[in-house]
Amino acid sequence: MNKVLVSGKVEGIVLKSSDPINFLGTVNKKTGIISDKNHDLFEKPVKNTILLFPSGIGSSVGAYTIYSIKSNDAAPLAMVCQKADLTVATGCALANIPLIIINEEEFASIKNGMKLSFDTESSNQIHYQ
Amino acid sequence: MELTRDEESALKGEHGEIMQMAYRILVATGEATDAEKLIPIEWAHLSGVNYNTIGDAGEEFLSTVSKDARVKVKTTLNPMGFDIDNVSNYDIDQNFISKQLSIKNSYEKMGVVPSFSCIPYEIYDIPKSETQVAFAESNAAIHANSFDDLKTNKESAFSALASAIVGKSPYSSLRKEDKPNITIRMKVKNPSELTYGMLGFFAGKVGDTSVNISGLGEMDKRQTKAMCGGMGTSGTCAKFIFGEGDSDCEKIDFDEKEMQNIHDELNTVEKGDIITLGSPQLGLDEISDLAGKLKGRSFQKRCMVFLPRTVKVQARKIGYTNELERAGCEILSDCCTCLSPLISKDNVDAVTTNSIKGAFYLKNSNGVGVNLKSLSQIVEDETR
Repeated sequence: MNKVLVSGKVEGIVLKSSDPINFLGTVNKKTGIISDKNHDLFEKPVKNTILLFPSGIGSSVGAYTIYSIKSNDAAPLAMVCQKADLTVATGCALANIPLIIINEEEFASIKNGMKLSFDTESSNQIHYQ
Repeated sequence: MELTRDEESALKGEHGEIMQMAYRILVATGEATDAEKLIPIEWAHLSGVNYNTIGDAGEEFLSTVSKDARVKVKTTLNPMGFDIDNVSNYDIDQNFISKQLSIKNSYEKMGVVPSFSCIPYEIYDIPKSETQVAFAESNAAIHANSFDDLKTNKESAFSALASAIVGKSPYSSLRKEDKPNITIRMKVKNPSELTYGMLGFFAGKVGDTSVNISGLGEMDKRQTKAMCGGMGTSGTCAKFIFGEGDSDCEKIDFDEKEMQNIHDELNTVEKGDIITLGSPQLGLDEISDLAGKLKGRSFQKRCMVFLPRTVKVQARKIGYTNELERAGCEILSDCCTCLSPLISKDNVDAVTTNSIKGAFYLKNSNGVGVNLKSLSQIVEDETR
């Protein structure tokens, strides 16, 4: 059963990471580019993607970073996680970025570069194109 | 999570953008923690005040939302980065001061009481038993749940702010029920406040949302605060339940060996250049006791004493601050040891403190050495 933490309706291309994301330390708040050399999305911008990653980690102040990248027009269109964490949940809530939690199998089935449409109000929340 | 019709319409934006954002935060938090509904709260205590921790992103966010946001229930505030009365004595740059004052203004504009204290449970009257509150400061949440018979989860800066604006919190976890995952048996004899701080730190590591704790003797305020501060530092656990717990609950001893492990983890040097007292901030009882201990004695190095402004005012009237200043203490209100910009590794190599919470942040955030000692040991070793 999927869990909608922040609702919304968007369409976009998946940027998938198998590493958790620490928004406070590793995402540039002006550009939305991942700055952590050890991260599998190093040097990739999250802007206008459907960002798929296992969960957020690190300080809850990271929620402000999510708000900042949205204010600087560098935020993902939506986020999809495997595990709910309060930093990403509150960050997406502040910034009004749709956020959905999906199970392990569905997470595994979504591939990088896939086109998805995403409507939290519909019964079929994630639609593959 | 079930919402009332009114809550649904607020979430859709029919009560304005600020209410919509606040409800989005409560719903996201509630769904993430499996809450069934929202319930009214009577008091919120906010973290996210010190410019050192929230930075430019936090300052900008608060400046924007404070244009329209107003708190609905009594709302108090954690410490900030300095005491405006004596900030010029410290090496704090103008940018830090102006950003910190902007944060202060934003909170005041929203109707928040500028208490700048991490011990709201000591400086305000406690509401009646079982009252739901929303405390984001970890030591205060733990104290409220364990010693004041209030109910709160360990809130984030954002869930507490949203709760202050809406006047409600998600009904989940400790608000609903206690499910201690372990019983800790206190086995260390003749504990000081430092021992209780280490016990709390240990409990935070092994505890899930709440723990049973047995073998505690009579504790004074300094010791209970140290225990809550210690626990808040090491994990997500937010409640002590006093007693052995159910017979099938896992048991673990806090003995000399466990205590030594924590001491070794946090105590990195044998001597500090300065002393800090407070984290949590000192209350009037502790100030009075400290003034007594320092009669006829003086510190041989700098000693920073952190306390809430209301306590500073009372202590000045009674004459305690004169006594402390005579003994060489620097009295600082509105701020605390934790994440303080007043202590930097550029001018301090190591700090002596009796606070486990202070030690953790001094070591990990300020990057200075830490020397742990109980208050009586500090007075014995560092004063003449």
